[in-house]
Amino acid sequence: MVVEDLDQRPPGQPLLQVRDLQVRFTRRGRDPVRAVDGVSFDVRPGQVVGLVGESGCGKSVTSLAIMGLLPQRRVEVAGEVLFEGRDLLTMRRDDLREMRGRDIAMVFQDPMSSLNPVVPIGLQVTEVLARHTDLDRSAARKEAEELLRRVGIPDPARRLKEYPHQLSGGMRQRALIAMSLACKPRLLIADEPTTALDVTIQAQVLELLKQLVRDSGTAMVMITHDLGVVAGLCDEVNVMYSGRVVERAGRRELFGHPRHQYTGGLLRSIPRLDEPRGGTLNPIPGSASDVIPWSRGCAFAPRCPARQDDCLVPDLQLVDDVRPDHLHRCVHPVPVEESTP
Amino acid sequence: MTAAGAAGVPDDVLLQVRGLEVHFPIRSGILLDRTVGHVRAVDGVDLAVRRGTTFGLVGESGCGKSTLGRAVLRLVEPTGGTVLFDGVDMTSLKKEQLRRARKRMQMVFQDPMSSLDPRQDVESLLVEPMQAHELAGGPKAWRARVRELLDLVGLPAASASKYPHEFSGGQRQRIGIARAIALEPELVIADEPVSALDVSVQAQVVNLLEELQDRLGLTYLVIAHDLAVVRHISDEIGVMYLGSLVEHADSDELYDNPLHPYTISLMSAIPVPDPDVEDARERILLAGDLPSPAAPPPGCRFHTRCPFRQPTRCHDEVPLLRELAPRHTVACHWAEDVRDGRITAAASSHDPTSAGDVVDQTTLP
Repeated sequence: MVVEDLDQRPPGQPLLQVRDLQVRFTRRGRDPVRAVDGVSFDVRPGQVVGLVGESGCGKSVTSLAIMGLLPQRRVEVAGEVLFEGRDLLTMRRDDLREMRGRDIAMVFQDPMSSLNPVVPIGLQVTEVLARHTDLDRSAARKEAEELLRRVGIPDPARRLKEYPHQLSGGMRQRALIAMSLACKPRLLIADEPTTALDVTIQAQVLELLKQLVRDSGTAMVMITHDLGVVAGLCDEVNVMYSGRVVERAGRRELFGHPRHQYTGGLLRSIPRLDEPRGGTLNPIPGSASDVIPWSRGCAFAPRCPARQDDCLVPDLQLVDDVRPDHLHRCVHPVPVEESTP
Repeated sequence: MTAAGAAGVPDDVLLQVRGLEVHFPIRSGILLDRTVGHVRAVDGVDLAVRRGTTFGLVGESGCGKSTLGRAVLRLVEPTGGTVLFDGVDMTSLKKEQLRRARKRMQMVFQDPMSSLDPRQDVESLLVEPMQAHELAGGPKAWRARVRELLDLVGLPAASASKYPHEFSGGQRQRIGIARAIALEPELVIADEPVSALDVSVQAQVVNLLEELQDRLGLTYLVIAHDLAVVRHISDEIGVMYLGSLVEHADSDELYDNPLHPYTISLMSAIPVPDPDVEDARERILLAGDLPSPAAPPPGCRFHTRCPFRQPTRCHDEVPLLRELAPRHTVACHWAEDVRDGRITAAASSHDPTSAGDVVDQTTLP
């Protein structure tokens, strides 16, 4: 696959460059599953980049591949993940371990399962500090207290002694964010950080992430299925379908003028709170399992209302037919004048 | 209002819930099994669902909305109040009577994977309720009915011999719906019917529910946390917080003129897929978490998190539902002042790094 549009990017050296990332899960006696099938994107310092898509589109596997967190057995990872020019995929495990938590941190979806239930919160936060900094125990404890305070946990000194089950879901996610920010990473990967939370708590956590990213200049990759979350947070949005990025644009451009039929269909199918109620919804027919491999044609073609015979072209490329910073992988894109939802 | 029928229930009301309470005992001790308190999951809810309409119940996890739905069917036993279904008090029915009454009210569950038996094929899944209620016609007619049901929910006839794992999430939910309507019920209680589904598939199931309502004249009680979906599907909406109804109005009225501070905050918290809206809107952030329903705050239950809290009344006087506009009731002492802008949201609630003064430190399990 060609390296896309590098020269058309705004200036600023990318912090993270993902190049033609492929992840295949091999299965005994059956064809491998191509979970990620050639994904490329950049993240510049301080930028918030969204990866949006439905379950099975490969967004979470992408993040795990970047972090080197996929199991070694029966998984084939190819491509490049350059963090400040160094390829994380070919790096020694020890070097990678040194970078994780310090330079790149991750927040997962379910705070209950990513915290150790038998270790007090305080120890889990100071563990990160002990691993990557030379703070002594009491200094680390102070720092941990300060971190919890920064993410809005009241009475942090007491909370440090408590176990994860004593905290509510929102508090746990705040604690997890505090841990991920402990070493002031330059890149934060947030994989559905608010999906397990109630909307009012989600609003608190999103606002917190937004403010922390703004204040610290940390770049963020936001992985979510919720287009609403993306609309309020991301500078640039990548829409994924069946292991590939099918559309990429700035958030205003993407929501204002979606070009790929999948993005357009997705935006039309959600009932919106801020619009008059009426009529039936416009769902996308079929389900995400009705796909064809990209090597045969557009994976979305089986569900696409605008499908035509020429959609079955192997390995469609991302094109920028209207604006250089708006790419899509669609043979019959939504016409620009019609695409205002 | 139409003429009142049995037990003072208007004729067009199919389901009337009065003062419904579900309190779960909290037990402590191994030898001395004592009850040390109660989780007030549902604590005095009144609502009426009119025939052929959809009543949406929204609220966050732990507010008691699912328990309420289950208590209506007596899948959990109410500890107080009455549930009148077509004039008959469900809470007083004996076992066999209850079983027969349940034929007329069915439930659609959230997770179609866990609510369908993986070892039964679709035909046997759909025949099971007909068998249990000894539907007329016998096995041959039941199988014909299966084909009819599959057609109704938009699945191919060949699905009958397949097993749940062979279907996608959306299709499985169609099977769940087919099972619920197999007995031609009048009331369908749908508990988070689309929240386990992908966004592109949710709309399919929402449309199906609406289509079935039109064709079969069903009455729905839809329980969900997604306000956008609930607003789309419902004629009336009730907003629940910590076991009580805090606001109730027609769907459009509620969204155009939300009166309760909780409803206002909830609506402002929902992300909208439009960057211009997202950038422009004033988000009212609630402080802290939901207090424990085992020890609900005194006075207005929302006062510990309310951005419009006042120094008087809120913490010591329980607000009752009052009708502020026609068919629009709200349980807030200060609703008029909030509506007219005489009280504004406290500035502190805008600070995202402050989880606020969480008065009740007990958190939900």
